[in-house]
Amino acid sequence: MNFDLTDEQKAVASLARDFAQERVRPRAEEMDREQSFPYDLVATMAELGFMGLPFPEAYGGAGGDTVSYALAVMEIARADASTAITLAAHVSLGATPFSLFGTEEQKQRYLVPLAQGKMLWGFGLTEPGAGSDAANTQTKAELRDGRWIVNGTKAFITNSGTDLTGGTTITAVTGKRSDGKPEISNLIVPQDAPGFSRSKKYRKMGWRASDTRELSFVDAEVPAENLLGERGNGLRQFLTILDGGRISVAALSLGLAMGAYDEALSYAKERRAFGRTISKFQAIQFKLVDMLCEIEHAKLMVLKAAWEKDAGRDYAQTASLAKLHAAEISRRVVNEAVQIHGGYGFMDEYPVSRMYRDQKINEIGEGTNEVQRVVIARLMGL
Amino acid sequence: MKIVVTVKLVPDPNAEKRIDPVGMRLVRSGVETVLNPYDEYALEAALQLRERLGGDTTVTAFSMVPESTKETLRKALAMGVDDAVILSDASLAGSDTWATAYAMAQGLKKIGFDLVICGGLADDGSTGGVPGALAEYLGVPGLTNARHLEIVDGKLHAQRETDSGYQVVSGALPALVSVTMAVGEPRYPSLKGIMGAKKKSIATMAPADLGLDRAVGSDGAKTELLAIAPPPARGSARVVEAADGPTGAKIIFDFLKEKKLI
Repeated sequence: MNFDLTDEQKAVASLARDFAQERVRPRAEEMDREQSFPYDLVATMAELGFMGLPFPEAYGGAGGDTVSYALAVMEIARADASTAITLAAHVSLGATPFSLFGTEEQKQRYLVPLAQGKMLWGFGLTEPGAGSDAANTQTKAELRDGRWIVNGTKAFITNSGTDLTGGTTITAVTGKRSDGKPEISNLIVPQDAPGFSRSKKYRKMGWRASDTRELSFVDAEVPAENLLGERGNGLRQFLTILDGGRISVAALSLGLAMGAYDEALSYAKERRAFGRTISKFQAIQFKLVDMLCEIEHAKLMVLKAAWEKDAGRDYAQTASLAKLHAAEISRRVVNEAVQIHGGYGFMDEYPVSRMYRDQKINEIGEGTNEVQRVVIARLMGL
Repeated sequence: MKIVVTVKLVPDPNAEKRIDPVGMRLVRSGVETVLNPYDEYALEAALQLRERLGGDTTVTAFSMVPESTKETLRKALAMGVDDAVILSDASLAGSDTWATAYAMAQGLKKIGFDLVICGGLADDGSTGGVPGALAEYLGVPGLTNARHLEIVDGKLHAQRETDSGYQVVSGALPALVSVTMAVGEPRYPSLKGIMGAKKKSIATMAPADLGLDRAVGSDGAKTELLAIAPPPARGSARVVEAADGPTGAKIIFDFLKEKKLI
């Protein structure tokens, strides 16, 4: 057994850390306050290769592995969760569907500019009335005169309305299966499809610098060839994508916890009370030790899931466990980080205040804690 | 055109450092080894020159390091340097500025160069003496403290930082320059650079390959380290208390004036 990262993985993590601490961290407070999407940071991430990190070089990617990708998301989340989800959603949800299920032509047309970070793309699964029960998709697409006519609404779609967004891949009911259940397929909907529109950005509790919108399709027209993968495979394909996506969301939760811990540790070493720094009080020491312990635990789980994926093993259960655990420890760590800051932790100038708000979605997005338990119980054969 | 950048590997400047009182050396265990931050500016200057000159210009990183730490040079390769060469041998341990410059100069002669670019100083020893000594041993013009470099008609032009501004100086190639942090922030290595770095070569040469005619390492050192001590702890700060801002500002102003700081 070997816990060492490869030289390459270390170099990717170190690059991500330098970029995040030098360029992202100083901007996080303002981006959160202004709810401004960081186009310049996305451009730098594209230039450095992060936007296509795990995709083959032949398709504009950097040819990195999942462990490197998880480390990159973790380091960026440590500085700012909004920037991290912009990256994670782009790679795991926007570009991966093309990489896994696209034809060669679709890969050239979509995956290449996505991996180069010249374009962003949305992943439209969730609907106002269908979150975790994705099979209950209400959006419908009918093939008429060589075109898909799409009607419906998608909710909470990340990266769906930026100036760089090229479109969104959605799930839609395209007919009925022989067993009477709805047939669900994936359709590639370009931003300029007639009848397709995006709402304004949602006003959110956290991840405020990321771009999240509601999508509406009113007799939206999509060319027939814009089917991604086989007709009727849509739900299965999207669930496969979510398995991988859980690793990046777990890494994001972990990174956020690490960022909160960093802030709490340095604050505890500076803040004085009763004649000494508060880091000298056992009550604070115990909190910091518990935080570090939980972070180390989550890190092992996240990296194990990434390692299993790289090794070509079945990683679904480990990824779900990692996602669930990292989400829950991020709540405890962020909560204690605010507690250690006392009154200052409640003030928006202090990063832990933003982290506290950014944390909650970790326990909801890509499967709530409860649904995560259902998924794991199913994988356990219960 | 062949550019060689000298690179030192130093303990991570952000790590807490301890000194071994008996051996009088920095405790290296548990502290990561990184590229000397000042040398990253030299690498940046070299890569900028290569971009401007184009053609068959190459950049080689050259370092005198123990074999065991040579992988740290991958970062230079990931930034875009073409290849790396190390000069490595147990006999080189304990070299002072003089012995280091002598050994490295022989290495540079063997590698061959049109231009050598050095960082201004090393983050650990901070003598800043090697670039000047190297130029001397190499018998080439030594332009130190450059903030900007240009090659025009086969000649090196540099803006040399001084206390009051900068001098414009030039020298025939081959030449050596040391650069300041004003040459431009070192670039991040890209992920493609990181992935490509493992395919680039790090060649090793030993003093035996160089035909040295003087001692190197601690035997060749002209200086002897007599004592080493951590910097003294900073004294406690004076806290100014005042009824309002303007009053406080006046007290601080008077204090600074009295100390002749403004």
